[in-house]
Amino acid sequence: MVAGQGQRATSVDGTEALKLSIRNLTIGYGGVPALRDVTLDVRRHEIFGIVGPAGSGKTSFLKAIGRMDEFTRAMSVEGQILFDGKDVREWRNVYALRRRIGVVFPLPVGLPMTVYDNVALSPRLSGIKKKAQLDEIVERCLRRAALWDEVKGRLDALGSLLSGGQQQRLTIARALSQDPELLLLDEFSIAVDPVTTMRIEDVLKELKSEVTIVLVTNLVQQARRLADRTAFFLTGECVEVGQTEALFEGHVRDERTSAYLEGRFG
Amino acid sequence: MTMFHATALNHRNRRVEWLVRVLFLLMTLLLVVPVVLILAVLVIRGGPALSFEFLFSEPLNNMTAGGIFPALVGTIWLVGVALLASVPIGVAAALYLSEYAPDNMLTRAINLAIINLAGVPSVVHALFGLGAFVLFFQFGTSILAASLTLAIMTLPVVIVATRESLQAVPQAFREACWSQGATRWQTIRRVVLPNAVSGILTGIILEVSRTAGETVPIMFTGAATFIPFLPQSVMDQTMAMSLHLFTVSTQVTNVPESLQYGVALVLILLVLAMNAISISFRVYLRGKKKW
Ligand SMILES: Nc1ncnc2c1ncn2[C@@H]1O[C@H](COP(=O)(O)OP(=O)(O)O)[C@@H](O)[C@H]1O
Ligand SMILES: [Mg+2]
Repeated sequence: MVAGQGQRATSVDGTEALKLSIRNLTIGYGGVPALRDVTLDVRRHEIFGIVGPAGSGKTSFLKAIGRMDEFTRAMSVEGQILFDGKDVREWRNVYALRRRIGVVFPLPVGLPMTVYDNVALSPRLSGIKKKAQLDEIVERCLRRAALWDEVKGRLDALGSLLSGGQQQRLTIARALSQDPELLLLDEFSIAVDPVTTMRIEDVLKELKSEVTIVLVTNLVQQARRLADRTAFFLTGECVEVGQTEALFEGHVRDERTSAYLEGRFG
Repeated sequence: MTMFHATALNHRNRRVEWLVRVLFLLMTLLLVVPVVLILAVLVIRGGPALSFEFLFSEPLNNMTAGGIFPALVGTIWLVGVALLASVPIGVAAALYLSEYAPDNMLTRAINLAIINLAGVPSVVHALFGLGAFVLFFQFGTSILAASLTLAIMTLPVVIVATRESLQAVPQAFREACWSQGATRWQTIRRVVLPNAVSGILTGIILEVSRTAGETVPIMFTGAATFIPFLPQSVMDQTMAMSLHLFTVSTQVTNVPESLQYGVALVLILLVLAMNAISISFRVYLRGKKKW
């Protein structure tokens, strides 16, 4: 546990250990529900996995956390999302909230600017101007995202022209450049080759000591490798949450969970 | 591969394909023919009139001789001042409509109004300019009044061209930027505008070239048939190429034909030059396409 993060009221049920408390979260698009009445907790410094078939509401869940529903017309969010105990909707400065949350989308978006500028974007947005400081951040984040060795000689190449796998690592570096407390990853390995996926997975394991990670993944084995606890989403419902190993060993409350985890589904 | 041997149907498809292709080619040529003819006639008949003297001296003898310098300078003034007014307003309006406006009734009404504004005949703009700028704001018949009239005329097109270039920037770029905690304006400045600027500029230049040819709106508001000196400020009246062409072709007698064609040729070369700049700019920027 990092000192200084426990300044909120410590309660007997140990809520100070929670990074996120989701209460009765319901999400819809123009009246059509995409996620219904989800209640779960994400603990500080854990990797929290979310698995489930396409269309089960995983992406919608991640979007609501950073209030990214505001980008999408007709997306409605009800219920509570407590971030460090405070509802994200009560943050007056949504930009400050989003800077504390790093996001990696399934399809990597290298912004049409140089590799350097991609990673320096967020520090610059928050007012850092000194070249030396930016240089340091860019190198550190690219190293962490396992991309430095491939791009160190061409930091002024266009980020949008890197290969898919490189762009995905670039978006991870960009997310890290925010120095986030919470990292949301949405099926990051879709556009990445297996070797790179493994390297990024190693990075995530290291990062766990500093940030809390919510990992949505289409690969159940990835959840098994990385996640401390895992939630299973199915058509807008959170079927169950449990210790990852226990779930995979078959200690489930709902038969559908093991059916999905064992790949005998539908 | 006997499975795909030619059949009667296959033959017919290929014949239709050939016919359609030839038909479309003919239509395209038909389109090019008038343009080429106009240019050829202008060059053949007006070419001989072109000279340094012609471009840089004043008209003489009731415009039946001499050059076109005051009209050339006047057109540059008119277009320049019109740009100064329409570009900032048009780009700001397009930014608002594309990047900020919620998708509601009001926004849709504004969009509709802009499209309709683009369809208003230029003589209506001319009368509006006369009423609003010349009389109400008391700018008198002046470059200012004429340019503002032109600006209002071109505003819808500047807005539409700008909005289209803004919307060509993928939404994913915006969302990637917003999700990092960027405000709308930060996103516009760092991601949207740098990637839309080429489209905006080329759109604007193409529009400008059209304003250079407008006659009626400036005739009522600030352009005069004959002024033997150059404008000193935006409150002066001025000659203009388009109006000068109208004058020497229809209002004065005994103008040598080569002079009439010469004026037309210079006007069209002016427009073509601006188009050429715009197009080469676009080609240059496309070479640096970033995604
Ligand atoms: N922008 C949108 N507009 C309308 N419906 C959407 C939109 N995004 C997602 N949905 C719907 O919401 C449901 C959940 O989608 P999503 O959260 O993307 O699931 P997942 O990430 O698990 O595949 C799906 O039925 C999907 O069709
Ligand atoms: Mg998804």
